[in-house]
Amino acid sequence: MAKTSKGTIIAQRLLSSLPTVIGVVIVTFLLTRALPGDPAAFFAGPAATPEAIAEIRQTLGLDRSLPEQFFIYLGELARGDLGNSLTTGQTVVYDLTTRLPASLELTLAGLAFAIALALPLGILAALRAGSWIDHGVRILATAGVSLPTFFTGLFLLYVLYFRLGIAPPPTGRLDILYSAPNQVTGFYLIDSLLEGDLELFWASLTQLVLPAITLGLFALAPLARVTRAAMLGVLSSDFIRTARASGLPPLQVLFGYAFRNALLPVVTTFGVVFSFLLGANILVEKVFAWPGIGSYAVGAVVASDYAPVQGFVLAMALLYVVLNLLIDMLYVVIDPRAGVET
Amino acid sequence: MNETLRHARYVMGENLVTFGAFIFFFAMVLFAIFGEAIAPYNPLASNSALALQPPSFAHWFGTDELGRDVLSRVIVATRLDLGIAVVAVALSFVLGSILGTCAAYFGGWCDRIISRLIDTLMAFPLFVLAMGLVAALGNTIENIIYATAIINLPLYTRVVRSEVLVQRQAGYVEAAHLVGNGHLRIMGNHIFPNVLPVTMVHISLNMGWAILNAAGLSFIGLGVRPPTAEWGIMVAEGATYIVSGEWWLALFPGTVLMLAVFCFNLLGDGLRDLIDPRMRT
Repeated sequence: MAKTSKGTIIAQRLLSSLPTVIGVVIVTFLLTRALPGDPAAFFAGPAATPEAIAEIRQTLGLDRSLPEQFFIYLGELARGDLGNSLTTGQTVVYDLTTRLPASLELTLAGLAFAIALALPLGILAALRAGSWIDHGVRILATAGVSLPTFFTGLFLLYVLYFRLGIAPPPTGRLDILYSAPNQVTGFYLIDSLLEGDLELFWASLTQLVLPAITLGLFALAPLARVTRAAMLGVLSSDFIRTARASGLPPLQVLFGYAFRNALLPVVTTFGVVFSFLLGANILVEKVFAWPGIGSYAVGAVVASDYAPVQGFVLAMALLYVVLNLLIDMLYVVIDPRAGVET
Repeated sequence: MNETLRHARYVMGENLVTFGAFIFFFAMVLFAIFGEAIAPYNPLASNSALALQPPSFAHWFGTDELGRDVLSRVIVATRLDLGIAVVAVALSFVLGSILGTCAAYFGGWCDRIISRLIDTLMAFPLFVLAMGLVAALGNTIENIIYATAIINLPLYTRVVRSEVLVQRQAGYVEAAHLVGNGHLRIMGNHIFPNVLPVTMVHISLNMGWAILNAAGLSFIGLGVRPPTAEWGIMVAEGATYIVSGEWWLALFPGTVLMLAVFCFNLLGDGLRDLIDPRMRT
């Protein structure tokens, strides 16, 4: 079979995500139009006259046919217009972009924590299959997916903040004593370092640790489980036996040969893990009063403010599509066989 | 059949944890059916004289800010939490099985449309989609059920589809066809029963996830309204008190929620060992 270049594969993958994006936009559009009752009456407010409602219906384009409305919606999307938030008084796009870095910083920190713990645990469990560490990892993997994130967060808060006083109170990204660093990346950890303000770095790090661990614990389970299974599979394969028989150093066999091949299924599970993380993010942000897009959406849901919720769902779905794309590209980069069998 | 039973006993005996999960499952079913009768107090009766009492002999799990007995509320909530999950999983199981079977059996455009639909659902982070659905459809318990069913739909459709794809090639399907059975009959009476065992494992694992999902939605204020007793909302109500030291409000419902999900996950693992030892990882 002819070997396609990695560039071609990536281009094909990019193209194939187009229908997904279209599907996402259609579903989000349908969600917009599925508002309970009459959206026009809702936007007009409780004291509106029938004439006012009819006028709003016209300005919103709700008197047109559904396909027509869809193209109007597409036009608004293309202009970056997701409507206004009734609670903050800002455009939804502005709210989402200012709050996105907080969510990303939290999600990435949680993911980093999960990876840092899950990979070594999975490898150890596979190396010592049947030992106490193997059983421990299996229990952890089952328990981990059973943890309600919001409850783990509260529990950690109670023990580490209220009882032991180690963790700071759940007041968001920084204690009120500090002011935020100048925005460069929007990640407080990086921005404070760029300013050379170590105290601020430490302050934002201590705020980040607890929510990130809460989030990471949830993502840890599937990662550890898959790492263990993949390593077990690879370690019993012929090429590892050959490598060992040839007298290669054990560490080189383990990391140079076995781990690199075991990484492929692990990278594939990142898709599921991100779906978990982005969902759990909402709950963790609520528990820790984290000023990200998740808590923004929760606030909007509670206030029956629909435009931000829909903007949030669309933004999350697009983010997830992009993440899945990145995962696929990572897969192509890692997999030495990529391009041979497609 | 006898051999299956022996195998079941072997799996149970080998794995005490699975056995424990089984016992806990029965306890939950009992609580769900006879909740009001078992609960020591009325779960909705408030008594301001007894507000925020720590756990004691009279109130094992303490009382909440309105003086309601937390233990009684946790017990009574079992029905609602399990109910939401059972109905949602049943809905997505039935619908997903139909979609998956049709997609694999007919193939062609039918498969393409169904697969595209499922891919679109999978393009959303699932909890986010559930939240958007409930926000759009309206904030009721029924809509929590529908949202949970929809986000679980891809799982069943995919599992059933890939299983049916394998079964479709089997000799017995061809034989049934030659004897003159219609498509519906072959799908329903011949192929589907052979797919069922595998989906059972997924149902059990999925139940736990459905409970978590519903509790998560009510934690952020969707679906269940106070004063209804439900684990997620009880944790949410207790959350405000945890930073001032009244830990029992959130801890007990949260722990029971966690145990319930853990129980279904363990049962799923046990069921997997029972049905298909090769699937074990």
